[in-house]
Amino acid sequence: MTALSQETVSATRTAAGIPFILKKAFLSALVALVLFSLMIGIRTEAGPDGQLTYWTRFGELASIVGIVFGGSILIELARQWIGPIGAEKLVPPAVHRGMSILGNYLAPALLIFTLLVPVIFYNQRYILDLAILVLTYVMLGWGLNVVVGLAGLLDLGYVAFYAVGAYSYALLATNFGWSFWICLPLAGILAAMWGVMLGFPVLRLRGDYLAIVTLAFGEIIRLVIINWQSLTGGPNGVTGIPRPTLFGIPLDNSDDGLAAKLGIEYSPTHRIVFLFYLILALALLTNWVTIRLRRLPIGRAWEALREDEVACRALGINTTTTKLTAFATGALFGGFAGAFFATRQGFISPESFTFQESALVLAIVVLGGMGSQLGVALAALAMIGGFELFRGLEIYRMLVFGWAMVLIMIWRPRGLIGHRAPTVYLKKAQAISSDLVKEGHG
Amino acid sequence: MSGERILNVDQLTMRFGGIVAVQDLSFSADRRKITALIGPNGAGKTTVFNCITGFYKPTGGAIRLTHDDGKEIVLERLNDFRIAKQAKVARTFQNIRLFPGMTVLENLMVAQHNMLMRASGFTFLGLVGAPNYRNAEAHAIGLATDWLKRVSLLDRADDAAGNLAYGDQRRLEIARAMCTEPALLCLDEPAAGLNARESAALSELLLSIRNDLGTSILLIEHDMSVVMEISDHIVVMDHGVKIAQGTPREVRDDPKVIAAYLGADEEEAMAVMESGS
Repeated sequence: MTALSQETVSATRTAAGIPFILKKAFLSALVALVLFSLMIGIRTEAGPDGQLTYWTRFGELASIVGIVFGGSILIELARQWIGPIGAEKLVPPAVHRGMSILGNYLAPALLIFTLLVPVIFYNQRYILDLAILVLTYVMLGWGLNVVVGLAGLLDLGYVAFYAVGAYSYALLATNFGWSFWICLPLAGILAAMWGVMLGFPVLRLRGDYLAIVTLAFGEIIRLVIINWQSLTGGPNGVTGIPRPTLFGIPLDNSDDGLAAKLGIEYSPTHRIVFLFYLILALALLTNWVTIRLRRLPIGRAWEALREDEVACRALGINTTTTKLTAFATGALFGGFAGAFFATRQGFISPESFTFQESALVLAIVVLGGMGSQLGVALAALAMIGGFELFRGLEIYRMLVFGWAMVLIMIWRPRGLIGHRAPTVYLKKAQAISSDLVKEGHG
Repeated sequence: MSGERILNVDQLTMRFGGIVAVQDLSFSADRRKITALIGPNGAGKTTVFNCITGFYKPTGGAIRLTHDDGKEIVLERLNDFRIAKQAKVARTFQNIRLFPGMTVLENLMVAQHNMLMRASGFTFLGLVGAPNYRNAEAHAIGLATDWLKRVSLLDRADDAAGNLAYGDQRRLEIARAMCTEPALLCLDEPAAGLNARESAALSELLLSIRNDLGTSILLIEHDMSVVMEISDHIVVMDHGVKIAQGTPREVRDDPKVIAAYLGADEEEAMAVMESGS
């Protein structure tokens, strides 16, 4: 009976197919004609005397429209033949299962590999630099994950806290000569204070409105940095930011440097390796604190806030302080990452803290699967590392990268790791499907 | 002596613009008793609930809550989460509001937020794993387990709350409210959408909350079998005013109540009743 009805369905589909395919191909060709008529059909150039000259290229236009028409028919035929393109078709179930088994060992394996990166790639400066960059974004992703993933508050201005951390360290270190290890907590605390300051006015806002205000906040911080020339140096930035020391021992080729003290030959790689382990430690601190916080009442309150704010209030949870602590915690880690960025670069300017950075970090959190620590780390690796991986493809880099993103989002619409791990259990911890977990209303 | 009354609503008025949702409503709820608030749709019952639980600020009138130790709290001066936290008034919602992406157990742990928050030294002690906090957490899990047994959801403890059947979600919401250890439990239509068997189980649960724990319950309900079976006192509202109150028997025979429910005026209802008897 079922087989029969399926046959009928496929028969009807084929019967209705040809006019449908032609209609679709015709529409695609029409869109292509309108789109490309000006872009390809007419070519304009400045003539020798500066006047505008133009000529038509109808031949090229016709071939493009023809390609779209034919391509549309081919795609539609392929789709009818293969069936609808979904997650099942894209990634076979066997691969899916294999990956979920691998997933159990992925986090420890990744951690061990990360610890060994400076050993394996000691002589490859490029890879070490890239690894430091990836870890910086892992840390930023984990920091933002507290605000967006756990508390469900959409923050488009996260880079502001990164900037506050970076400038706090840069200005304290260059003006007062304070060491990195004193400035690091100060940078974090200052960023957290700004997190609370941002938090207060946006407490009543939700969703799109919250996103817009946080976006504006990020821009305000950047504009203040550009225009407060006397303090921040404006667009010129801050130069000569001291490099970090190993608890007072500088990592240079001077007589009291680390290399001289250990009696080994100095190499500039020492500092890179030190920076690598520094950001790794900071990132792992972020991860550890976040995992701990999730299992504490405050972390559960964040997640409950994401699920249902009204119910939280009915249970006597102070939603104001809950939101503020989420903003402050996220900002704290952003500030740490900023201080690291400043000491690594030795030079910072407002150009490093544009909206693009916020968008990138948010993309990492969303791609990773909101709330998932491992997912965020993988997403940072994919976004930053993948972007470098495709460097060989030159002009097609963005195209390939975009395709990769689209495919991942078809395969995993709720991010690489979409399910949620419970924070407490009686008998057995069961992963919660992403279909049930809310994204928060802002 | 802590007094008979736990809740005193005095001349409560709530206006939304030109619309008067509740007008000069006065009633009281007895300690360790179940008080039901009934009335036709749109009578203003949920508005009264929202005023009591702090989701609305009343336009006029006073709502007083007297705890067992005799401490009197003026509810309309507290707002928002403080009513649940300080006045110990817990509530459920007409449309269930669980945390669907969290497990059943987590839902009950969130309900004990304030106790756990104090025990965790406002997160700082908990972060370093202080034994104090671990004890408090074990205690919280114990309380949650107790409640899961009461509402017979123990074997679903580690499932996502959103995966529970509708009736189970209703019971879980009551268990979650009870995990805040309230003095007054406010239930907004707890039997809505339940079948006869589930309604009977609900009645049993509410009676056991009253009898075993001595928690006072204020209840909005349309399911008359539940209301008549378990209520000690019933307040009937229509069009924002109180039209009757008394024991289930008194209310059932009150012509004004029948008129309100049948949509007829008083004389007609009287005529119907007289011809029937």
